[in-house]
Amino acid sequence: MSQLIVPQKTYIYVFLSLIGLTALTTGVAYVDLGPFNTMVALAIAFSKMMLVILFFMNVRHSGGLVRIVIVAAFFWFALLMAFTMSDYRTRSWTPAPDSWSSAPPTHP
Amino acid sequence: MSTATLEPRVHAPRNYLNADYGWKSWLFTLDHKRIALLYLVSITFFFIIGGSFAVLMRIQLVEPQGALVQPETYNKLFTLHGVVMIFFFLIPSIPAVLGNFLVPLMVGARDLAFPKLNLLSWYIYIVGGMFTLYSAIAGGVDTGWTFYTPYSSTYSNTQVTAVAIGVFITGFSSILTGLNFIVTIHKMRAPGLTWFRLPLFIWATYATSIIMVLGTPVLAITIFLLALEHLFHVGIFSPALGGDPLLFQHLFWFYSHPAVYIMILPAMGVVSEIIACFARKRIFGYKIVAFSSVAIAVLGFLVWGHHMFVTGQSVYAGLIFSLLSFLVAIPSAVKVFNWTATLYKGSISFDAPMLYAMGFIGLFTMGGLTGLFLASLATDVHLNGTYFVVAHFHYIMVGGAVMGYLGGIHFWWPKISGRKYPNGWAALAAAIIFIGFNLTFFPQFVLGYLGMPRRYAFYPAEFQFLNVMSSAGATILGVGYLIPLIYLIWSMRYGPVAEPNPWGATGLEWQTPSPPPTENFAEIPVVTEEAYAYDEQEAAHE
Amino acid sequence: MSDVESPLQPDHVGLAHQFEDLDQQQQSDELGIWLFLVTEIMFFGGLFASYAIYRSFYFAAFEGGSHILDARIGAVNTMVLLGSSLTMALSVRSAQTGNRRALVLFLIATMILGGVFLGVKAYEYNQKFVEHVVPGLDWAPQGEVLAHLAPGGVQHAQLYFIFYFAMTGLHAIHMVIGMGLLLWLVLRGRKGSFTPQYFAPVEVVGLYWHFVDIVWIFLFPLLYLIGGRY
Repeated sequence: MSQLIVPQKTYIYVFLSLIGLTALTTGVAYVDLGPFNTMVALAIAFSKMMLVILFFMNVRHSGGLVRIVIVAAFFWFALLMAFTMSDYRTRSWTPAPDSWSSAPPTHP
Repeated sequence: MSTATLEPRVHAPRNYLNADYGWKSWLFTLDHKRIALLYLVSITFFFIIGGSFAVLMRIQLVEPQGALVQPETYNKLFTLHGVVMIFFFLIPSIPAVLGNFLVPLMVGARDLAFPKLNLLSWYIYIVGGMFTLYSAIAGGVDTGWTFYTPYSSTYSNTQVTAVAIGVFITGFSSILTGLNFIVTIHKMRAPGLTWFRLPLFIWATYATSIIMVLGTPVLAITIFLLALEHLFHVGIFSPALGGDPLLFQHLFWFYSHPAVYIMILPAMGVVSEIIACFARKRIFGYKIVAFSSVAIAVLGFLVWGHHMFVTGQSVYAGLIFSLLSFLVAIPSAVKVFNWTATLYKGSISFDAPMLYAMGFIGLFTMGGLTGLFLASLATDVHLNGTYFVVAHFHYIMVGGAVMGYLGGIHFWWPKISGRKYPNGWAALAAAIIFIGFNLTFFPQFVLGYLGMPRRYAFYPAEFQFLNVMSSAGATILGVGYLIPLIYLIWSMRYGPVAEPNPWGATGLEWQTPSPPPTENFAEIPVVTEEAYAYDEQEAAHE
Repeated sequence: MSDVESPLQPDHVGLAHQFEDLDQQQQSDELGIWLFLVTEIMFFGGLFASYAIYRSFYFAAFEGGSHILDARIGAVNTMVLLGSSLTMALSVRSAQTGNRRALVLFLIATMILGGVFLGVKAYEYNQKFVEHVVPGLDWAPQGEVLAHLAPGGVQHAQLYFIFYFAMTGLHAIHMVIGMGLLLWLVLRGRKGSFTPQYFAPVEVVGLYWHFVDIVWIFLFPLLYLIGGRY
């Protein structure tokens, strides 16, 4: 929250970029990129988020503490996701029987 | 200590207690010190409620086929004991009472950064408590304080929604408190008070606040999803829809494990303050102790899977969580070594606060070491779900956190109330609590190792002797807790008037009158000394 | 409750008694609101993490569910919300320059755009009832809707819709709270409570509003654009 006054034009350009990116992400959804659809969509969303954070929320002019706080929040969210996902992704590495009566599969 | 005299209150200097009168001046206060007292009364109330549930449980467990309560009722007792003690006593205790009172004083500020949010946090806590009390009165909850799905979300017909709302609401109280502390510590330190001159209680509170801010929201969303499932009969965690009950456990323990560090870190901060004062020595390795608090806060977020070793989690994830659980023990051990090193060649006096602090070190060490048995995958298979776990966490939460809380109350009581309490009774109570505690919970380690499951209303006859010992210990422990309640209240009227610094301790809170004026300091102090400047103090007296 | 002779008389309108000067207050307010947003990131984060896990296992079902949503409506609504972020930023800027009229008008514009967003969402929710894809309340997909959901599994598709309602519903609740805060700002702004030296409430609400916008920036592709529509 600095005292720097950002020109109105800057805000409008950022807004127009955001609109453009929204149109882009919608348009790309109608093109078959296979597994890249998700990646592109997330990349565009991430860019939009950065524009909002840096310009609308003025973090461009914010001090280091605020930036550390923001990075820490996303990092912690990533920890939650990564560690939880690691459980799900590695469960199949240990063979488990389908039911009480059947023998466990021999191939992991 | 002098004999009891009725000190004339009418001539007491203007301080935060007599600055204004009437219930409105308390219920609408913005003074962090008064808010701390509001919390003190409230958490004592909930401690009594949670303790009553424990008493009933221990009476039931005197007989192998106890006839005090039905098993369904027993389930409700241990559930509500857990919910009330954790969310309404332990988590607020030191931060909301001692933290609220001391943080502005220790950093040399006039109040916390956001006094209105501070008051709001107390009201939120009370509203959450009301929902929880309602759930207890309207039939209780029988899911365990861990609310595992799908029992809690789909099958239990007890007051799950009410208690979920209660815990959800109270979480915001925690969040606001933590937020307030972080901003205050960052932005409102007195001139000259650099980070490494701060008391270790502030470092501990800071680390605790980080956990509160980062972890509690995940509990909130978990409870939200649980309530959604319970109310609308949908199934995020329901296998019938392809959902996973373990996802609930992941989300739940992502908060609830760091929550135990919310409970212990402030107590460690208190112990640092007490040890330094009553050994009249700087804390050995100040910076290491400060960093270890932050390390515990961070590492504490990476170990939650150790609660899920036997519930179906991937073995490989279990391996990682086990390793990290061993690592998180290291900063805690470092603190114990440093406190011990502080005592070495210190000038030790055994006033009541010191008795609690030393009790803490021993009991916390036992609790912490037994945690390692549980952190090892193989031994956890045998010990999980038994009384070994119950004993482990009670050693830390009661032997550790509660002793730390009581030690802190006894250390800062003269500052808070302006009165001194009789040290003889205080020492006696500390001893009774220590003995009662060990008698209650040590047998539970043995019971767990022998295989007695937790959360059971009945048990095999061969376990009776140890159970009776544990219940007897609980009685002694209860008596021990009653004694300070009596003499502390007594002291507010009849205790000798306290001087600003009765213990001769360092720290800004002792540079202002007891009790402090509403604005804390006549002039904001300028800090030029390092923390725990006991050497300088001693040199000045020679 | 406070002393008349307290040494804490503010030397500037808007300076709270616990702060030494406006700069300390401003920095504290900024850090405070960001810490609150951290809690919101972790709050929605738990939901996003759960969503990600189920989507990775039941992609076909999630894709089917997503195709039921109208991506064009979602895209337009996204742009409406982005517009409200623009007006919010312009409102804060007007506070900085001391332009009271513009401050209030931009706040009202933000409220209007927010209202449009919520109105569209209400329409979309109603559509879900019409299509009988509301888990727990009205789950009976049929006809063309069922044809979309069947390939991935109707049961697993129900999971998708639970997340759809939970995530957009929580987002909508945050929007409503935001509208309340905006109204409060409008009332205070019209009274002239904000000056170029003191407009922290406007900035704080602005940061909150932008955050809610960012949540939607992710919700839109994650819920409406799964897998593509080719």
